[in-house]
Amino acid sequence: MPQNEYVERHRKLYGRRLDYEERKRKKEAREPHKRAQVARSLRGIKAKIFNKERRNEKIQMKKKIKAHEEKKTKKTTEKVAEGAIPTYLLDRDVQSRAKVLSNMIKQKRKEKAGKWDVPIPKVRAQADAEVLKVVKSGKSKRKAWKRMVTKVTFVGEGFTRKPPKFERFIRPMALRFKKAHVTHPELKATFYLPIIGVKKNPSSPMFTSLGVITKGTVIEINISELGLVTQAGKVVWGKYAQVTNNPENDGCINAVLLV
Amino acid sequence: MEDVNENEPKRLLCRFKSESGEVAGDMMDLPLDCNLHQLTLICNAILQQKDQIPYLFYVNDTEITHTLEKALKTLTLNTENVVDIIYQQQAVFRVRPVTRCTSSMPGHAEAVISVSFSPDGKHLASGSGDTTVRFWDVDTQTPYHTCKGHKNWVLCISWSPDNQKLASACKDGRVMIWDPESGKQRGKTMVGHKQWITSLSWEPYHQNTECRLLASSSKDGDVRIWDTVVCNCILTISGHLKSVTVVKWGGSGLIYSASQDRTVKVWRAKDGVLCRTLEGHAHWVNTLALNTDYVLKIGAFDPVADSNTSTDKKKPQDFALKRYRDVIAATGERLVSGSDDFTLYLWDPEKDKKPITRLTGHQQLVNDVKFSPDGRILASASFDKSVKLWEAKSGKFICTLRGHVQAVYMVAFSADSRLMVSGSADSTLKVWNLKTKKLEFDLPGHGDEVYAVDWSTDGLRVASGGKDKVLKLWQN
Repeated sequence: MPQNEYVERHRKLYGRRLDYEERKRKKEAREPHKRAQVARSLRGIKAKIFNKERRNEKIQMKKKIKAHEEKKTKKTTEKVAEGAIPTYLLDRDVQSRAKVLSNMIKQKRKEKAGKWDVPIPKVRAQADAEVLKVVKSGKSKRKAWKRMVTKVTFVGEGFTRKPPKFERFIRPMALRFKKAHVTHPELKATFYLPIIGVKKNPSSPMFTSLGVITKGTVIEINISELGLVTQAGKVVWGKYAQVTNNPENDGCINAVLLV
Repeated sequence: MEDVNENEPKRLLCRFKSESGEVAGDMMDLPLDCNLHQLTLICNAILQQKDQIPYLFYVNDTEITHTLEKALKTLTLNTENVVDIIYQQQAVFRVRPVTRCTSSMPGHAEAVISVSFSPDGKHLASGSGDTTVRFWDVDTQTPYHTCKGHKNWVLCISWSPDNQKLASACKDGRVMIWDPESGKQRGKTMVGHKQWITSLSWEPYHQNTECRLLASSSKDGDVRIWDTVVCNCILTISGHLKSVTVVKWGGSGLIYSASQDRTVKVWRAKDGVLCRTLEGHAHWVNTLALNTDYVLKIGAFDPVADSNTSTDKKKPQDFALKRYRDVIAATGERLVSGSDDFTLYLWDPEKDKKPITRLTGHQQLVNDVKFSPDGRILASASFDKSVKLWEAKSGKFICTLRGHVQAVYMVAFSADSRLMVSGSADSTLKVWNLKTKKLEFDLPGHGDEVYAVDWSTDGLRVASGGKDKVLKLWQN
C-alpha cells in the first residue's frame, strides 16, 4: 500500500499531462456512447438492474434541472398586499377599521319599513309565564298582581323605582346589565360596549318597554369608542345589535352588530 | 378749553415699514380715523405700485381691520411717538373656496395614497395601493393615463418643477419617472433602496432648469440622489440611524432630512457632506417644511401673468430665482419639523444648529406641517383632531382650528394663502378661512379616511384621495 499521496504530490510538482483536459473532455463525450453500448448488450437481470438505476439517475437529473430553472426565474407574481396605507402610517400599527357604515339614508329607510336583516331571523317566543314570576303579596299573601322578571333586563340610567308597595314589575338588581359584548361582523372583533336601550324584544312590546333582554332581542349600543364615522364626518354614536346568546343562562350578553 | 378739537380728527405721526423692517417713504401725519382702504391707497402710492395691490396693516402686532384708531385704542397712546405701521403684501389674486364635489373618479383598485397637481395646475396624478400611477385630465375630469410598472404600493409621487416629469416611488424601494403627456416610463427603473421610500424631492428649478436630480429618502436610513436622465444613483447619503421620514431639497444647495432617530440633518447637496445635525426632538421626526417649499414646488409657474412656458429657459429661471429671493428676503430659509413628541421646532438651518423656538400645544403627534405660500403662517395637522396655526416668523401661536372628529392627516394651502383645506380620518375635508380663523366649508363625500389632499396652484381645484379608492375633485 502507498504510504503517501504520491500521485497528488507529483501532480503538484510537475502538473498534469499537457493534453489532460482534452483527453478528459473526449472521454466524457464518449461516455454516453459507451453507456448505450452497455445498455444494448446487457441481457436479463443485469439489464433490469441497469435500467432501474439509469431511470433513477434520470429522475434526479430532471429534478435538479427544474430546481435550477426555478432559482433563475425570479418570482414575478408576488401578491401585492391589500390595505395600502400612506407612508406616514406605515410604521404605526394602525388597527384595521371597518368600512364606514352604510350610509344613513338607506338605514333610515330600512328602519321605517321595520324590516331588519338580522343574524337570527327566527326567535323563539317567550311566554309571559316564563319571563314573569307571580309574586304573592298582601298580608295573607292572597294578592297576586306583582310580577318579578326572571330574565336579564336593561334599566336606564335615570330610572327611579316606584314605592315598593305599588311596584308591579320587579326587575332584580342581580339581573340588570349595563354592557354587552358586541361583535363587529366585518372586523371579526368583539368589544365590550355600554348598552343605550332595548330597541325591540320580538316576543312582546311589553318586554321591550320593560327592557327584557332575551335571545334575538335588538339592543342599541354605544359604539362611539370604535370611532366609526358617517359619510358626513360625524362620529357614529348608537348602533343596533342583536343578542345571540341566552343571557339569563350565561351571565353575559353577547350580540352581533347590525351593519 | 375749546370744543373745536372735538370735531377735528386727532392726528398721528406714522411711517410704513415692511415685514423685514425697512422703512418705506417718509413719516406722515395721518388722521386717526384713517381706514383700511385709505391706508392701502397711501401704501400703494408710496411703494409706487403700478396697480392696486391689497395689503394687511399691523400696529404693534394688532391688525388694522377698520380704522387706525380702533387698532390703537387698547394701547396707551403717546401722540409724540412715531407709530410704525407694518404692511404685508397680499396675493393680488383671490382663490375662491371650494364648495362642492364636481366629480369622484373611480379607477384605482386600492386606496389612493398620494395625490398631486402638477406645478402649472394642468395635470393631476395619483399613486395608489394597486401599484399604478394614474394621470387624470382635470378639465374633463376623466382618466388620462394608467401607468403600470411598480410591483408594490406606490407610496409617493412628486412632480418635477418644470412639469415635464413625474417621479413615483413604491414600497419595494424603486423609483420610476413618467412622462405626463404619453403616460410612458422615461428611462429605466431606479433600484437601490433596500426598503420602502418615504419621500421624494426634486432639485430646485432656479438651480437647474433641466430638473435632472431627484432625492429620495427611505426606510433603510439612506438618502439617495438620482440622475433621472441616465437613471442611476449618483450619491448615497447615509448617516441616519433609523428610517428617514422626509427629505427636502432646499433652495440654497442644502438637503434637509428628518429621521426616526430624532434628528434632522442638513447635507450639502453637491457632495453629500453633513453640514449640521439639528437635535432637539424627543421622538421620531415625522415631517419637515420649508418656507420656500411652495415656490420650489411650483418652479417658474406664475398664477397671475404668463405661465413662463417659453422654450427659452433663462427667463423662467430668473423669475423662479427672484420669487425664491423674495420669500427668503425677510428671514432666510426657515425649516420647521413636526414630531411624535407632540411638538414642532422652528430652525434656521443655514446658520444655526440651535432651534429658534419650540412650538408646543398639540396633544398628539404632529403628522403634517406646511408653510403658507407667502411664508407667513404655519399650519400643523395633528392626530389630536386639530389644526394649529402659528406665526411663521416668530413661532407664536395664533389659534387652533377644531372641527374634525378624528386624526387630521394632511393640510394644503390655497395659492393666495387665504384659505386652507385639511383632510382627516373622519372622511371629510374642511376648508378653513385663515382671515377669520373659522371653518369656511365642510366637505363630506368620501366613504372612508382621506389620505392625501392637494390644492392646485391655479387655485381652482382641490383633489383628494383616500381609503375609499376614489379620487375626488372639489371646485367652487
